[in-house]
Amino acid sequence: MTGSAQTLDQLRALGEGYKYGFVTDIESEQAPPGLNEDVVRFISAKKREPQWLLDWRLESYRRWQQMESPHWARLRIAPIDYQAASYYSAPKSDNGPKSLDEVDPELLRTYEKLGIPLHERAALAGVAVDAVFDSVSVATTFKAKLGELGVIFCSFGEAVREHPELVRKYLGSVVPQGDNFFAALNSAVFSDGSFVYVPQGLRCPMELSTYFRINAAKTGQFERTLIIADKGSYVSYLEGCTAPQRDENQLHAAVVELIALEDAEIKYSTVQNWYPGDAEGKGGIYNFVTKRGVCRGARAKISWTQVETGSAITWKYPSCILEGDHSVGEFYSVAITNNLQQADTGTKMIHLGRNTSSTILSKGISAGRGQNTYRGLVRIQPKAEGARNYTQCDSLLIGDKCGAHTVPYIEVRNPSARVEHEATTSKISDDQMFYCQQRGLKPEDALSLIVNGFCKEVLKELPMEFAVEAQKLLAVSLEGSVG
Amino acid sequence: MLEIKNLHARIAEGREILKGIDLVVGAGEVHAIMGPNGSGKSTLAGVLAGRPGYVVSEGSILYEGRDLTPLTPDERARAGIFLAFQYPVEIPGVNNMYFLRAALNAVRRERGEADLDAGQFLKAVRAKLKLLEIEDDLLKRGVNVGFSGGEKKRNEIFQMAMLEPKLALLDETDSGLDIDALRVVAGGINKLRSPERAIVLITHYQRLLDYVEPDRIHVLSDGRFVMSGDKSLAAELEKHGYAMLGTAA
Repeated sequence: MTGSAQTLDQLRALGEGYKYGFVTDIESEQAPPGLNEDVVRFISAKKREPQWLLDWRLESYRRWQQMESPHWARLRIAPIDYQAASYYSAPKSDNGPKSLDEVDPELLRTYEKLGIPLHERAALAGVAVDAVFDSVSVATTFKAKLGELGVIFCSFGEAVREHPELVRKYLGSVVPQGDNFFAALNSAVFSDGSFVYVPQGLRCPMELSTYFRINAAKTGQFERTLIIADKGSYVSYLEGCTAPQRDENQLHAAVVELIALEDAEIKYSTVQNWYPGDAEGKGGIYNFVTKRGVCRGARAKISWTQVETGSAITWKYPSCILEGDHSVGEFYSVAITNNLQQADTGTKMIHLGRNTSSTILSKGISAGRGQNTYRGLVRIQPKAEGARNYTQCDSLLIGDKCGAHTVPYIEVRNPSARVEHEATTSKISDDQMFYCQQRGLKPEDALSLIVNGFCKEVLKELPMEFAVEAQKLLAVSLEGSVG
Repeated sequence: MLEIKNLHARIAEGREILKGIDLVVGAGEVHAIMGPNGSGKSTLAGVLAGRPGYVVSEGSILYEGRDLTPLTPDERARAGIFLAFQYPVEIPGVNNMYFLRAALNAVRRERGEADLDAGQFLKAVRAKLKLLEIEDDLLKRGVNVGFSGGEKKRNEIFQMAMLEPKLALLDETDSGLDIDALRVVAGGINKLRSPERAIVLITHYQRLLDYVEPDRIHVLSDGRFVMSGDKSLAAELEKHGYAMLGTAA
């Protein structure tokens, strides 16, 4: 039962279509469109960064120039003019806000509309929120309380200033500058993002959360998240995303790096609801994201859970590098494509250490003319004695104009490995719909019920507050797909 | 309650299956519709519930005095029509209790009643379980997932008890049941008889009628009622088989 108990009621209360499509009228400071070394220098200067970081950005920029946009995914992407976008947009103010009282009230209202009350009084009990608006982090709640425990939870920019030794040590250590085209671009122009450090042995007592919002027109968002869980610690981190409805495509190219040391555990959950474009495929976010975690010590664990409902195009493969012996990687995913949305998403589980294990559970839902691809790599390296992987990929089709594709790559270089892969494809049957309707459920409620049932194993991995939100999103995303 | 006049129905882009049905069922009555395989029994149930794939080509169906044909299946359900499925459908991952609560609240809203919260719902569930003398082991599982044939039918009767329809259509609810399961299901149906409720039992065999005594029995053959009578008709059919219908069998 849990969160699902109220879903149908909440669905009724929901508005139609994409309800986060509003634009906030706020004065912002933007870099001129285009990308060159001067723009990189401008961003770095705006953020008052040290020389080493500017050099790192410039090095990334030079590498990016040598690279080509990847074309192996099963995606049709209109050519992107990287010189047309602006690479920096910030709500106008001289310095970053020092406390919530200094945050522009218009911004706070935006976040309230999104359902994220930033005021600590109103904040969801047990959830600390860092909110990123366009390119800058505007507020972090519960910071003081977390600070007492030794947890660092702040904007990336602040981490560069206050904890340069940690940033310098770990930045790019999981996703190197030249890892791929979009990661290189991000490394050159990343604007802000979140930084988390959980000290040794501490079980972080609250969920940490970031909400990303693209507001300004013709901007890209390039945030960077770095999470370090020191030995024996635990942290659960949630990320949510929305953007206004705009006719042009906007680029979101984030990089997330997770480092779990010995016996540490990081649970990373995403509910991605970027604007998907309209029913004819006009507009929408290009979500080209590199997310990777490394289990650096023995018995470390990294768990990714994602619910991908938005974006015109999703290109995303949250991955785990299992270095430490007995370390564990998990990937739980629900991806929905409706109308003309495209998703090419999955994971990579790289087994390096002995007795490492990984689990992949992917649920793809295609409706309208949506195309949904699971692409996943399981690699067992020669030293990964006793490694295990279990993969299950289920696809659900709604209607007869959509597509589901499963592309598993399995590379085993150690004979002791056990790798299992299961895949199913099914269609919502007329009988299921009729059965639900005969019991009184409206077609849209029936569909949402069946889809939620299909995704249940993944949704139960989400923290409670997110599970309810995710169920609502599933319903909204599928609107118009039955009739 | 239900008034069917000269009903003709066919499979969409296919042959005609119902060829002129007349039937009047009043509140409080139990009617049994019998007939050989392929005579159109399940089609009649499907047409009444609004199952997609059938086209009403002639005639009328009045339910509580209003035309039923333009209503969608869920509108009919919320108006108080319940169909116990011959083959109940599996919905993986959806908890049986959760499903039932969503259905019940949808029906209640239509009746202008408030939603039941989890506690009230549980109380209602317990009361019905007791009434029907059935176990609650099915409730925590996915809707019909991994249920035996008997469990599925029992679950249908339980849903019917919870939703309290005005018109219940039971499509071969007795088929595939052993004698103990048949007793439980029949006992449930008897408990749900009420002066406000009409029940239409569709069955191939007479044995269900040993436990649930109908007011009227109609025999369907090749899309038409060829005989109607009181319960004694069942015994006669049992004795002679559908062969007594002549060519249709």
